[in-house]
Amino acid sequence: MHNLNAYRPQQMEMLSGTDINKCMKCGRCSAACPSAADMDIMPHQFVSYLARGDVDSLLNSNSLWQCLSCFACVQRCPRGVMPANLIEAARLMAIRPKGQEHLTIEEASAMLEPDMPQQLIIAAFRKYL
Amino acid sequence: MKFYYYPGCTLSTKAKELDICARLSAQALGIELVEIENWQCCGAVYPLGTDVIAQKLPSIRALKTAAQANIPLVTMCSACHHVLKRVNNDAIVSKEFRDTIARFDPDLAYDGSAKVLHYFEVLRDYVGFDKIREKIVNPMTSVKIGAYYGCMLLRPSGVMAFDDAENPTIIEDFINAIGATPIKYAMRNECCGGYISLAQPEKAAKMCNNILANVQSSGAEMLITACPLCAYNVGKQSNVNIEYFTKILAQALGLEVEQNA
Ligand code: SF4
Ligand code: SF4
Repeated sequence: MHNLNAYRPQQMEMLSGTDINKCMKCGRCSAACPSAADMDIMPHQFVSYLARGDVDSLLNSNSLWQCLSCFACVQRCPRGVMPANLIEAARLMAIRPKGQEHLTIEEASAMLEPDMPQQLIIAAFRKYL
Repeated sequence: MKFYYYPGCTLSTKAKELDICARLSAQALGIELVEIENWQCCGAVYPLGTDVIAQKLPSIRALKTAAQANIPLVTMCSACHHVLKRVNNDAIVSKEFRDTIARFDPDLAYDGSAKVLHYFEVLRDYVGFDKIREKIVNPMTSVKIGAYYGCMLLRPSGVMAFDDAENPTIIEDFINAIGATPIKYAMRNECCGGYISLAQPEKAAKMCNNILANVQSSGAEMLITACPLCAYNVGKQSNVNIEYFTKILAQALGLEVEQNA
């Protein structure tokens, strides 16, 4: 039997569409990130965690719920690494297994306010469940 | 000048003003906006996962209709513009993506040949800011307006090709064209918090207040935006007036904008 877990780093890299070997650890992505202060694993660290195969830490990171998809990290990376896409890949791997959504539909619905634009509601539902 | 118009979910509901003022101003400027038939919500966020296909199909349908008619597709909303341009780019750069779409539904087979534009680009590149300046009847002379770009219009610039991501000028040039005074402030391309305001409204509030402190020290009296989510997040903090750019345009053109639009 193959251990399917052994493929998870590859799976995450494929799902992100990014090449972590291009990273030169300059940290510009995290310097640009408006959410870095709220993250337990910062954008540039996603690359190193994945490089050493520590997928578990990434799947349990609160960074998945702090990233805003603002693409400042993608824009500023001099090597085209796309840290936001890595975070998204981890987020998808975290919420896709049955029952693992970050917020249930009931929890998310309870957060709605009457004046919220549809854009906000749809975006949040896409990200959390 | 004929364009297909993709309004998107929020412009049909909470951001009607952005939509109505866009249509009014287009009429006054000789732009024909034809609402694209049977459009579906773009999904508000571009799906970054490389295996995500279904969430991109609403964009593909609109893009394909526009490509077949050889008519550019224009949007007002920062998010629709972001998603449509990025999905279109997927179709241009990835044979695998094109093949998957074609296998899923041969009727949707699409080659990425649509031209996607934000209305700001139509105003700049098709109408021309100097032509707009000639048609202004209510110049907002002496009003100091800050352009709030936010994130989705500009980044990633390689795909969005909207303007320089670090030092954009298109909205400032627009503000000049309508006779007002553009004020540049450092945080004009910073994120308002986006969808985080559903689950962590206090975090979005903090981010917006940082931006607003920067706006206030710059002397800007008003912000303009193309994004209903920026308008919501920034508007919640309400110490600076934030308006849709199409409303300001319609007013400057002297058009009657119905109340409770
Ligand atoms: S996309 Fe996410 S990780 Fe990248 S800069 Fe924005 S908040 Fe930070
Ligand atoms: S900016 Fe790019 S190259 Fe630099 S640390 Fe971040 S991912 Fe690596």
